[in-house]
Amino acid sequence: MDFNDNAQEAAFRAEARAWLAAHAPAHVLKPGEKIPDTEEADRGRAWMRELYAGGWSGLTFPKALGGRGLSGPEAVIFAEEEGKYHLPKGPFTSIGTGMALPVIARHGSDEQKARFIEATLKGDITWCQLFSEPSAGSDLAALRTKAVRAGDGSGDWIVNGQKVWSSWAHLTDWGILVVRTDPSVPKHKGLTFFVVDMKTPGIETRPIRQISGASEFNETFLTDVRIPDANRLGAEGEGWACCMTVLMGERLGSGAHRSGVEPLIDYAASTPDGYGGTMLDDRAIRQQLAEALAEEQGERFFQARLRTMVSKGENPGALAGMVKLAYAGRYQKTNGLALELRGLAGIAPEVGDTATGDVQYDYIYSTVMRIAGGADEVLRNQIAERVLGMPGEVRMDKDVPFETLKG
Amino acid sequence: MNFDLSDEQKMLGEQARALLSDLSSFDRLRSLIDSGAEWDEPLWRALAEMGFLGAAIPEEHGGLGLGALDLGVIMEALGAANAAVPFTSSIILSAEAIRLAGSEAQKAAWLPKLASGESIATFAYAEGPGPVFATGATLAGGKLSGSKSPVADAGIADVAVVLVAGGGFALVELDQPGVTRTKLDSFDQLRAHYRLDFADAAAEAMPGTGKLDRLIDQAAVQAAFEAVGAAEACLHMARDYAMERQMFGRPLAGYQAIKHKLADVAVATELARSNAYYGGWAAESSPDDLPAAAAAARLSGIKCLELAARENLQVHGGIGYTFEANCHFYYRRERMLAVHLGNRGFWADRLLNAQPGSQGKAA
Repeated sequence: MDFNDNAQEAAFRAEARAWLAAHAPAHVLKPGEKIPDTEEADRGRAWMRELYAGGWSGLTFPKALGGRGLSGPEAVIFAEEEGKYHLPKGPFTSIGTGMALPVIARHGSDEQKARFIEATLKGDITWCQLFSEPSAGSDLAALRTKAVRAGDGSGDWIVNGQKVWSSWAHLTDWGILVVRTDPSVPKHKGLTFFVVDMKTPGIETRPIRQISGASEFNETFLTDVRIPDANRLGAEGEGWACCMTVLMGERLGSGAHRSGVEPLIDYAASTPDGYGGTMLDDRAIRQQLAEALAEEQGERFFQARLRTMVSKGENPGALAGMVKLAYAGRYQKTNGLALELRGLAGIAPEVGDTATGDVQYDYIYSTVMRIAGGADEVLRNQIAERVLGMPGEVRMDKDVPFETLKG
Repeated sequence: MNFDLSDEQKMLGEQARALLSDLSSFDRLRSLIDSGAEWDEPLWRALAEMGFLGAAIPEEHGGLGLGALDLGVIMEALGAANAAVPFTSSIILSAEAIRLAGSEAQKAAWLPKLASGESIATFAYAEGPGPVFATGATLAGGKLSGSKSPVADAGIADVAVVLVAGGGFALVELDQPGVTRTKLDSFDQLRAHYRLDFADAAAEAMPGTGKLDRLIDQAAVQAAFEAVGAAEACLHMARDYAMERQMFGRPLAGYQAIKHKLADVAVATELARSNAYYGGWAAESSPDDLPAAAAAARLSGIKCLELAARENLQVHGGIGYTFEANCHFYYRRERMLAVHLGNRGFWADRLLNAQPGSQGKAA
């Protein structure tokens, strides 16, 4: 066991650091800087172009497909070094690299790979995810948006329905889309996967007003949207397998956000307690902070174990969901504690106190972290079933034609 | 980075588990309690024969000279079996205290005997209610005075390493007139505890000073491995029982109330294991990181085993409350492990004090 870089990893880290030092500062967002989302997305593309030009795009992606073909640990090292700069990274680029690329690489035709992969790595094409629907969230396979063949012999598909929670759909170029093409078979079997140009007539995105005040999620309405059959990924009826490829990427990618515990310790250490000491003298506070810190470290080292598995060619499977489950819950608790420690200053900070504003945002945002990318309850089921080997849920809808289900 | 046990370490763990499943079954534990035995002596001899007792004792003193992670996989197996042996007292604490602070003569006198199992040592630190690492006992002119209580395994130990005033260690043989051992009523029925009274008992000072922190940090990492082993055993026991038990026409394990509970235990256990690995690595390779790593491992070890021991019994329902079911072994041991070496509050302090730039020591 060695937690440190080996010689090869150290050399890679040095190379990454040197390149980032030369190229990242020009792209960095200023602290507290508020920019319109159109500009954020544009700057995200610019950073993607910079990465591509420098050979840092698609690090673990096969060389033959335009990536660098490196091992998992090197991608982690680059992410760690890149994370030291506050760069314009977010769903507007990561859905492309983390979700669209894996599914295209695995299920796409050679033409689709040639068309999308390099363009995505360069930031020329950005992506959104058109999966969830108003009545299909954790039960994604219950989705009702449908596609039927156009009656004109073109082989095109006509899509009608509604998608929701599609991050950045209003500013991205293409979407990955799963729809129902055969309601006469059980629900998982009647799905088909497409890529869709977001400028296609009939697609309308409406921002959702979120509890955080931001609106990065959208409702996307699809009305008689025509998609050429060439944009189908995989065979008809194989949409669920494509979804699984995407969702596995989502799970593995989660859990690498800012921590929250160390700044909170600093806050407690620098805030008077009214008895001549600081808040860090309070035993109850110390215990809560220490527990949160121990959990956070456990998550970090658990991730390190998973990365080691990946680098040895093992599949962490549902173990990856454990990190996400632990992280999201702890994030909510930690940010809740952060507000509580601030007392009234937490609910009404002084003008210019951006740090407390960040904590408030994170506390609100932590709610969606426990829901998106595998809700707590879904992850607990998966851990129980796939790690512990416990029975699956009773499913009333499993072997029944979708069209006979109530909905 | 390679954050996994080596193949040799995994094999060592398997050997330990195989030996323990042969010799330390639940029926064996029950018979030890019924016969009033303080420990499982045949198991101890078998552990000695396999070289496990001397795993981390230097080769020059009769051990194998292995590291903290090797010791950790053995501790994990001992925790899983809920073994009735003085491994923590004699090996993790006493042998290591002698290695860290003993004179060459003391090491030569005791380490080979502890490695072979010929002698047993215990580490005496608490002095009743109050601070867990207490220093009221005094050593002057080769005479030890004061009391230590409770002291695990003191009934079977030949020698004690005693924490004394000034923070140093004294070595005292227990079979002598100046030492009175009083057996206490131990909550963990498979780990006896004693009160030790010293009245001018003949004792030797250990020359090394300032070694307590290092000793208990290392022991905290090992305690975390033990807790992870025990927690995983509870998890599997609960899972297996729930798979078999039929309720309302289907296995109990099919209900989300049970699945989600055990998923939470599994997550807590894997987080604790991850912290234990890091602690073991830090103990071997990065001593500056050990204080924080040890405290995090200790805290998450306590947490996972507390959850696992409680929910294991709960999943068993009424049968879990019977002596014939096996949940109680872990349920009792968990409380012992949660407070030996200092409780949650003690290690929470240590974790915060180990943070870079921390000046915020609690009063």
